[in-house]
Amino acid sequence: MKLTINGVERSFDTPPLTTLLHVLREELGITSPKAGCQQGGCGSCTILVDGAPRRACLLPVAAIDGAEITTLEGLGTPEALSPLQTAFHEHYAAQCGFCTSGMVLAAHGYLEAGGTPERESIQEALAGHVCRCTGYVKIINAVAAAAGGEIEATQRWLPQPGEEAPVGIPGAPA
Amino acid sequence: MTAPDVLQPSSPEEAVSLFEAGVTVIGGGTIVVPELTSGRLRPEKAMLLTGAGLAGITRDGTRITIGATTPVSELVSLPAPVGPCAANVADMEIRAQGTLGGNLCAGEGIEAPRGDLQGAMLAVGATVRSVGAGGETTEPLEDFLPNRKDRLLLDVSFEEPAAGAYAPLIRPHAHDYTALAVSAARAADGTVRLAVSGVAGHAVRLPSAEAKASDAEAASDAAATDVTFADDALASAWYRNRTLPVLVRRALTQLQEDS
Repeated sequence: MKLTINGVERSFDTPPLTTLLHVLREELGITSPKAGCQQGGCGSCTILVDGAPRRACLLPVAAIDGAEITTLEGLGTPEALSPLQTAFHEHYAAQCGFCTSGMVLAAHGYLEAGGTPERESIQEALAGHVCRCTGYVKIINAVAAAAGGEIEATQRWLPQPGEEAPVGIPGAPA
Repeated sequence: MTAPDVLQPSSPEEAVSLFEAGVTVIGGGTIVVPELTSGRLRPEKAMLLTGAGLAGITRDGTRITIGATTPVSELVSLPAPVGPCAANVADMEIRAQGTLGGNLCAGEGIEAPRGDLQGAMLAVGATVRSVGAGGETTEPLEDFLPNRKDRLLLDVSFEEPAAGAYAPLIRPHAHDYTALAVSAARAADGTVRLAVSGVAGHAVRLPSAEAKASDAEAASDAAATDVTFADDALASAWYRNRTLPVLVRRALTQLQEDS
């Protein structure tokens, strides 16, 4: 079987009902999709299959042979975050980070499908995603900001190699 | 654990010829895959329907036919009660992967009844085309449901109703099954069908309430005689008994407002 993962074609040989999550994490070492409940109930393994958000833990690989998969690693780099990743950063939308990968990819799918900054429709799009830090307000703020075009493509204040961070981080050692 | 022998038919004909009772059928995978992952289900033989060409919605005049592996998300735009019921299934990722066939054929869950669309499809008087012992049959959904474990569902069809309504209990979270929902539809000839999902086993029609459908109060009083509820993790039989009349009244009131 073959999958194009973040633009790179990968082949693998596993039993057909192996989940995509297992293939990504255990066969290919791509660990941004998290193995949370592995029952479709938490959203932390969400990836994009041909651009649409899906649960990697619910997909038998044989059902998506040949598909294009995007994981968080395929959205942006630390030097050039995607607008949505920038929005998550600027709005403090990540706490422990376990749900973040799934949240960002589901929100990315929402924006690509023409999603608006309206909070109710963002809630509907993210309804299957659980944040155990309960940071929902900031997550929705971030998605609304990205949907409203308030975020530039590259985060300007992210320190480049050799640069000091231009903002002080509260509580950080001096 | 040995991996099951997986059949992957590439056409409806191949699916029909490969099917036998006892094979674990996988439509979208949203119900079966967690069972496999957890080890609760260890089939010797499974059939993956993804490539079998059983998806799609066709319209012939007022008749709507839906293939077994059509994702639940594609049913959202259909008339009530089917559309609103489909929109109330799980979350958007799962609606896009779960299929009509899987939803209708789902076995009873461990904690709660599954198969929300059974109720909506009973209300619109859906007929089911399936294969299994005795070959291919087309029969009303209520005759199919008790035997669904041993048959391969091919498609479901129904006449577009003149009016329809869906009255569910609100779910606390997108991943909860709906504890109780009443679907209502009025056919072009004026016949009103009522069905309830959230019942142990599978969804059922409410014939006593249907007989009094012109009077929402009388129908809601009569409904309780049509169904026996069970306790489960979502709700007690006591609670469902007391909520059913409310949902019947809501559904019939919506139906009247809709026409």
